[in-house]
Amino acid sequence: MATIVELPIQSFEGIVDPDWCPGCGDFGVLKSVKMGASKAGVLPKDLVVVSGIGCSSNLPGYVHAYGVHSLHGRSVAVATGIKLANTSLKVVITGGDGDGYGIGIGHFIHAMRRNLDLTYIVMDNQIYGLTTGQASPTTMKDARTKSTPQGNVEMPLNPLALALVSGATYIARGYSGEPNHLADLIAGGIQHKGFALIDVFSPCVTYNKLNTYAYFKKRVYKLEDEKGYDSSNAKTAMDKANEWGDRIPLGVVFKDLQPTYEDSVAAFKNGPLVGQSMTMDKGVFQTLIDENM
Amino acid sequence: MKDVTVGIGGAAGDGIDKSGDTLAKACSRSGLHAYAFNSYQSVIRGGHIWLRLRVGQEKVYSQGDHLNALIALNQDSIERHAPEVESGGAILFNADKLRLNIPIRDNVLTVPLPIGQLTKPFGAVAPVMQNTVALGALVFLLGLEFEVTASVLGDTFKHKGQAIIDQNVGVAKAGYEYAREHFVPLGYTWSFSRKRRPFLTGNEAISIGAVAAGCRFYSAYPMTPASGILTWMADHAERCGVVVKQMEDELAVANVAIGAGFAGARAMCATSGGGFALMTEAIGMAGMIEAPVVFVEVQRGGPSTGIPTKTEQADLNQVYGASQGDFPRVIIAPTSTKDCFDSAVEAFNLADKYQLPVIIISDLQLSEHPETVEPEFFPAKVPIDRGELVSEWNGANGKFHRFAFTKSGVSPRALPGTANTLFVAATDDHDEDGILISDVFCNAAVRRKVNEKRMKKMDLALRDLPAPKLEGPADAEVTLIGWGSSEGVIREAAEQLNASGVRANRIQFKYLLPFHSREAIEILKHCKRTICIEMNSTGQFARHLRAETGHTVNDHILKYDGEPFEPGGIAAQVRAILKGEPRSLDVSEAEAREIGYHYVRVYLGEDVRPGRIAKADGNGLGEAVWQIEMVHRDNGEKRGELRVGVETGSTYSWEPTN
Repeated sequence: MATIVELPIQSFEGIVDPDWCPGCGDFGVLKSVKMGASKAGVLPKDLVVVSGIGCSSNLPGYVHAYGVHSLHGRSVAVATGIKLANTSLKVVITGGDGDGYGIGIGHFIHAMRRNLDLTYIVMDNQIYGLTTGQASPTTMKDARTKSTPQGNVEMPLNPLALALVSGATYIARGYSGEPNHLADLIAGGIQHKGFALIDVFSPCVTYNKLNTYAYFKKRVYKLEDEKGYDSSNAKTAMDKANEWGDRIPLGVVFKDLQPTYEDSVAAFKNGPLVGQSMTMDKGVFQTLIDENM
Repeated sequence: MKDVTVGIGGAAGDGIDKSGDTLAKACSRSGLHAYAFNSYQSVIRGGHIWLRLRVGQEKVYSQGDHLNALIALNQDSIERHAPEVESGGAILFNADKLRLNIPIRDNVLTVPLPIGQLTKPFGAVAPVMQNTVALGALVFLLGLEFEVTASVLGDTFKHKGQAIIDQNVGVAKAGYEYAREHFVPLGYTWSFSRKRRPFLTGNEAISIGAVAAGCRFYSAYPMTPASGILTWMADHAERCGVVVKQMEDELAVANVAIGAGFAGARAMCATSGGGFALMTEAIGMAGMIEAPVVFVEVQRGGPSTGIPTKTEQADLNQVYGASQGDFPRVIIAPTSTKDCFDSAVEAFNLADKYQLPVIIISDLQLSEHPETVEPEFFPAKVPIDRGELVSEWNGANGKFHRFAFTKSGVSPRALPGTANTLFVAATDDHDEDGILISDVFCNAAVRRKVNEKRMKKMDLALRDLPAPKLEGPADAEVTLIGWGSSEGVIREAAEQLNASGVRANRIQFKYLLPFHSREAIEILKHCKRTICIEMNSTGQFARHLRAETGHTVNDHILKYDGEPFEPGGIAAQVRAILKGEPRSLDVSEAEAREIGYHYVRVYLGEDVRPGRIAKADGNGLGEAVWQIEMVHRDNGEKRGELRVGVETGSTYSWEPTN
């Protein structure tokens, strides 16, 4: 393995400053994304950060890298196309819980099933922040929001458990209050060959008065501090994915090495699509015509 | 007789496609031209498949107006199509199973084939072998060459081994010899040039054009009639080095293609109307982030799920109006199978050059009907223009601005992985560097200039596109206007009109956006009378033509029953319009029969069929009715009468005979 050259995190500093509310959890995630990319030895020119729509989806604009700030819910599909067109790029997807687990959940599940080599960081604040505070797919039951004034009647979606049954091969949870720990999870996700999901508690200080820094601070613990936790065991990983309440785990919940989608594509035998010759071999082309005669 | 039309009718699973393909390829290998159209309709239980193959000494541009020979593979086909076979023609059928139980025209040859007896020497053969026997007999009757047919069968069954080839060729030969011993040929004389031409569909031609143009990424979700492109791409992915990705839905299809296009691969995706509706938001994104992508919209009958296996041109409004806001895009409507190849190549070059989405709008008829095309129309080497692509940037010429406000509107583009050209492509509106100007930092001046920068590309793209042309006599009394796939059938309709003394010319529009308004106005102002011919019920193109040129067409010929235009049908309507005859929307006798068949299928079961049909007074129903006699299939005995409104088409009553 090539030695990793860690660029200073300033190398990933974007042109403009975030317009998030003061205290937003996404500041910590942004810092961790830059640290994680640096730790993973990625060059800004080879990094593409793809997002959807929502507060957290503004993140690519704050990173010095290539980026696509795509449509609401479509980041995973756009990222898939970028990765398949140029497998030499590192593609990191960033977005929120509404974007990824609500409107975009179809793409999320299928991308995991394909085990594409993508890293997906979900800034999970359990609320729709940009639209000023409606219930999201991870809003807790009975939580009062603008769209559930009497309390949320739906059960929240469990992204880690969903990822486990959908075929993701790197499943982790981070917390924006622990940016160094999160940076390690992100670096691990970028270096992992296969689909990596990093679900991040990233409190919305304006619209979620339930899942606050204080809420998480007293509940979260790190799996690496648990003696004997084996992240390659899917059964115990499912137990940890389901753990919620007084104790909520952070860290790598599950990790497995499986062939990626890209490994199976014949067209990649000659390297990434971008850079391959555009013109067809005359003889091969002729067979396309002759077979119709 | 310069061309012959063969009809093959049977149930789904009778192997009609294969038989038609064999015959067409045999004709093509002899140097003849062919055009086939397959109506797969579900009129009778089991489905009624009706393939028409027209073969000509010269190029044929549509399935035509005639029926000269019928191969009937089931009783329905005899009942429905035997009466349509024209004088001088022939009806071939399996005499072991089927009977000619219906009156036919004079001077039509009846060819009952003793299939069992003819196939006996070949042991137990599959039921589809009846097609091959009939094919052999037809080859004799049409004056075609058996050896060429045998060579096609040899290639078709190559993968199944010599024994199967021998069996097929033997069975075909038995049919051929039987016809030779018992009948005289129908009198067609051909001159065989031996020039081989590919026999292929519009979907195939688009696919071949795409890979020739360097398409390396194709995404799709299965949807008729666009699935042919997916099948072709999947079959040829390895040979052509294409990544073919079936996605979970059309939202993903469009977005993954845009991702691939953004990253630098030539990317395409295809769908039909319903899928395209799901893609529309993404198409606007491609316009906003200036990513080159080719979208193919293969229309089928709408609205909603509509008539999925039928043809129509009614998605034009959707394609024009796809996605919110103003953004640059190109819309191309290929006019022929050959043009499908050309349009695909053009689409990729336009997409790259102007960094925008290009939409190719095709339809079921164009996409699925095969025809012979000159092989030289498919060059291996096509022009590839990737536009202003920055491969390196050392900073000596200043900072790279991805969305630079240039005079042309085209900003040099860099691909991810290039050093010193980093940027974020945002769907929120943005400045020259891609920095957002939405929400709190909204800036009216920057917004105006970035919008103008994007839209300027349309003026530039228009200059690349050939202007529409008038074909035919300049002083014609009537001008036929069409768009997209109808070029061939309108050409033949115009030929028929001119041959019968009606001076007609025509304009076929291919480039729908940007639109050659000035050139179109110049042509249209000299036209004496214009008729817009399109396959939808509201005249969608005529409305756009009026918006672009101010020209209101004098008349419309509209078809929206799912079946393609026929040249004679168009010519007849033109003559009626010129005579001032009002267009009737009444149910015709032939349509009354179809409505009768629908009633048979749903309520009466397969032992009856429509018989005599007569128009009668409605007796209190407020309109005249068609009285459709339903008769028993075997003995022709009357089983009852169905009454259908002549104006409304409503089925009023069914009175069974006691």
